[in-house]
Amino acid sequence: MSDTVQNYVPGEYPDQPPPIGQRGIMLWLKTNLFSSWINTLMTLFSIYLLYLIVPPLLNWTVFDAVINATSRAECREIDTGACWAFIANRINILTYGFYPDESQWRVNLSFVLLIAALVPVLFDNVPFRKFGLIYAVAYPFIAGWLLLGGLGLEPVGTDEFGGMMLNTIVGVTGITFSLPLGIALALGRQSHLPIVRTVSICFIEFIRGVPLITLLFVASTMLNYFLPPGTTFDLLLRVLIMVTLFASGYIAEVVRGGLQSIPNGQYEAANSMGLKYWQSMRLVILPQALKVSIPGIVNTFIGLFKDTTLVLIIGLLDVLGIGRSSLADTKWNGLSNEVYISIAIFFFIACFGMSRYSIYLEGKLEKGHKR
Amino acid sequence: MSTTTADLDADSRSAISKLWHNREARSVILQILTMALLIGFFAFIISNAVSNLAAVGKTFSYDFLGEPASYDINQTLIDYTSRDTHLRAGLVGLLNTGLVAICGVILATILGFILGIFRLSPNYLLNRISYAFVEFTRNVPVLLHILLIHGIVVHSLPHPKIAKDDFNIGDMFFLSNRGVYAPKPIMEDLFWFVIIAFFIGIAFTLWFRKYARKVQDATGKIYPVFWIGMAAIFGFPVIVYLVTGTPLTWDAPVFGRFNFQGGMVILPEFMALWLALSLYTAAFIAEIVRAGILSVSHGQWEAAAALGIRRGRILNLVIIPQALRVIVPPLTSQYLNLTKNSSLAIAIGYMDIVATLGGISLMQTGKEMETMLLVIAVYLSISLLISAFMNWYNQRIKLVER
Amino acid sequence: MKKSTLFSAAAAAVMAFGSTVATAATLDDVKKNGELRCIVSTGLPGFAYTDANGVYQGFDADFCRATAAAVLGDANKVKFIPATGKTRFTLLNSGEGDVLWRNTTWTFVRDADVKTTFVGVNYYDGQGFMVPKALGVKSAKELGGATVCIQTGTTTELNLADYFRTNKISYEPVPIEDSEEARKNYLAGRCDVYTTDASGLAASRAVFDNPKDHIILPEIISKEPLGPVVRHGDDQWSDIIRWTYNAVVAAEELGITQANVMEMAKGTNNPEINRMLGTEGDLGAMLGLNKDWVVKILSSVGNYSEIFNRHIGPDTEIGLERGLNALWTNGGLQYTPPFR
Repeated sequence: MSDTVQNYVPGEYPDQPPPIGQRGIMLWLKTNLFSSWINTLMTLFSIYLLYLIVPPLLNWTVFDAVINATSRAECREIDTGACWAFIANRINILTYGFYPDESQWRVNLSFVLLIAALVPVLFDNVPFRKFGLIYAVAYPFIAGWLLLGGLGLEPVGTDEFGGMMLNTIVGVTGITFSLPLGIALALGRQSHLPIVRTVSICFIEFIRGVPLITLLFVASTMLNYFLPPGTTFDLLLRVLIMVTLFASGYIAEVVRGGLQSIPNGQYEAANSMGLKYWQSMRLVILPQALKVSIPGIVNTFIGLFKDTTLVLIIGLLDVLGIGRSSLADTKWNGLSNEVYISIAIFFFIACFGMSRYSIYLEGKLEKGHKR
Repeated sequence: MSTTTADLDADSRSAISKLWHNREARSVILQILTMALLIGFFAFIISNAVSNLAAVGKTFSYDFLGEPASYDINQTLIDYTSRDTHLRAGLVGLLNTGLVAICGVILATILGFILGIFRLSPNYLLNRISYAFVEFTRNVPVLLHILLIHGIVVHSLPHPKIAKDDFNIGDMFFLSNRGVYAPKPIMEDLFWFVIIAFFIGIAFTLWFRKYARKVQDATGKIYPVFWIGMAAIFGFPVIVYLVTGTPLTWDAPVFGRFNFQGGMVILPEFMALWLALSLYTAAFIAEIVRAGILSVSHGQWEAAAALGIRRGRILNLVIIPQALRVIVPPLTSQYLNLTKNSSLAIAIGYMDIVATLGGISLMQTGKEMETMLLVIAVYLSISLLISAFMNWYNQRIKLVER
Repeated sequence: MKKSTLFSAAAAAVMAFGSTVATAATLDDVKKNGELRCIVSTGLPGFAYTDANGVYQGFDADFCRATAAAVLGDANKVKFIPATGKTRFTLLNSGEGDVLWRNTTWTFVRDADVKTTFVGVNYYDGQGFMVPKALGVKSAKELGGATVCIQTGTTTELNLADYFRTNKISYEPVPIEDSEEARKNYLAGRCDVYTTDASGLAASRAVFDNPKDHIILPEIISKEPLGPVVRHGDDQWSDIIRWTYNAVVAAEELGITQANVMEMAKGTNNPEINRMLGTEGDLGAMLGLNKDWVVKILSSVGNYSEIFNRHIGPDTEIGLERGLNALWTNGGLQYTPPFR
């Protein structure tokens, strides 16, 4: 009896591969694209959509595009697609505006320094973070000196600022200076002093209730009327003030969200340690609240960065403004799609990158808070 | 909170310092300070404004609102000619703002929900396409969208001359770079009955829903409220329309010497602004919807299924109400953003309130202070209204939660 | 104001110390700043536009340079402030620009109510219509039902409303912020008609791919005297602008050109030339300027006909005839009071 039993020896009969429809690409296709008739329909619809959009787009942007030409007429002679030669021709002015050529290294340097200043703020596991943070606080002053000149550098007027550089300056300055203001407003909104609270709420609701463009109009047309007679200052500075006020309203709400996410126990614990209001805020509440708020702050910055294009409506020549005004050049008349699409790509890369970072951060925070 | 330790060395401190260390006193001082600063600030800027205006010889007055505007507006929802006042021009602009905001909100919501659901679709291609679309749209400034779409509408749609033959749907609808032309309904007297029937249908549906719920509570019997409601709201007016002898005629656009005449038109500026705002906002709504649906835990589906509820009713009774709680607050703020972003109309020449009152009227009268303050006040009231509605709605949803 | 404080100071701090006096005496401000802040168009071919190097060129831009040459002795010390039709007066009134050279029409309301002072007319213009030849339109009266592109915030917008109203013609206005956008929309067929000052029409047509496919209709429906504008209440400054313009016109009348001004500045037999160029008496001092102010103007930009011909004259792409802008001696309207 025992010798009739066939003992199974592992490996004696090698495993059959799964049926062709249950593995590899076929399985993937089946589960992801053709799992039901409605899914199949959707797939076909998607393929049709891609067919409609992708080939003409690729032809226009890549295969039929012209990179080397000196005028639109020449572009049209060479091929039918996009005339990127125009962008190549204008890339310098689109990036730096009217900033003097020989000083453009200063813009580049301030940008590199900006990245260096952001690293200790955004990532908490870098060495010497404390010094990094001190440097980050000092950065706006360094950048101001680099960009405007003085103290040994050739002075450059703010009217020569333009292009992507201007967008970056307005965005970064707005968010930097709005942070302290926004935190103060958020604390004010939570304050137990009724007048302070009312003032903060009114300010925040006012800022969030009106479009940025009207504030910019105020900056460009009315602000001078509100200053002591005979006072006037730079349009860019006025815009920066307005953008800072605008951003602070939004930052305040983000920080308020962070403050509300701190459990009451933390406030009580700080109180029971005998900490005064400012001590408990500085040592216990704000460090936690701000950490939670960083993704929101980054999102606010993305929004603000996109909104910096609005300055073109009041006559500042940001990247979109320069793009639009260079369309007036008779040699390159009528190339608006090329201009707008390149600027769109620029914004997409910048904002998408930042939003990825904010999502990464959200994920990290979520992990940190899971108990 | 004046503690005993504070009392002990009270003598060594001045009266001010004592006050400062008294919590109630300090809060009063702080608030008085804030108030004083605020009043001082406003007094400062107002006195500056008064003396600056006097210096250039201008006065602050809203009298110009009663004077003829002298300019024409291409899209007017109410009667307007160049002899009407600046106030009326402003009103025309305000209505245009309202129109694009409402149309934008509707389209953005529809698109946003579709995209949000596509983003959750198990279909890989659909999922990726909507992902790419959402990410590209929301990471590009809305002003750029407006300019780009306006450029495309104006440059790639055909001239009316071509459109009248090639982009012609039944001699009724024409698609051209001057806009989309459609027949205009002209109501005859009897049409009022149809409108009344429509409202009767709504009233009936509201009553029927209440009644059906009562019946369900009492007997467990479920009426198809949705379908009956649809029939009442849309079917009934159609019957009345046919019975009264179709009291509605259509005025179709006809090509004149330059352009289509008659009918209704959606101008390219409106179209560009509407589409750009809708697409941009839809991308944000898609993410909100996705997050909202994901926020309802899978356990809810399973629990509802375990109770033997059908899939459609699970969605209706369990999932959507919970998802909406997460969706509605950010959704309203997106609606608010859309309304505020409609002020970018000025970049392409859509005649909203910023373009009429804050633009041409400002320019022709030189009253920048008055017009800008008015425009700001209008936007502020719109936002406060929407916020108030949002708070009301949130309260309502919260009650449902209990 | 110290520019280096711009970024480093918080808003409140800047309000306290970052200030300059702008309203009192414009001349002193300009001298103190060392540059003339000149408000020009955002981009109108021939009149004011930026070339590939981002430098402003054109008829109006040259008048800015002439002003800077007269006041500061250097035609390059100009800061150009681009303005749309909408923002120009606010920029001027809020003290952000010192003078406005931006094909701006002199009207009663602008002079009296918007509180600006018009000091002369450097270009006599009138509003016209441009249509594609293919439409076969011969007169503006045939434009019933047409779609018309206009620049908002200009007098043309009001003229248009009045003209069509008095002639009982219906039309659809398409308001557009600047001339570049207007051109683009017109070419794309967004509108049948483009209306603006006749000079602007010619300037726009010049940059089209096929200028011959478009005609400018014979009707000129308005008077558009375009000239420089300054703020109300600074008489010395308005005198300077007025006489800068007068000097440029008088130079053409007297035959002084960019080429021969240095020669003539050494002294001529014509006392008026001598007075103008500062070899006899000191007219400049009466305006608060240097003795050689006219020499500086003419050596940097030349006389009226030189400026005209360089940017918008018959030999340029714009190809405008002198017409009303010929000297009064040639049957035009350009006329200057005597330098005496």
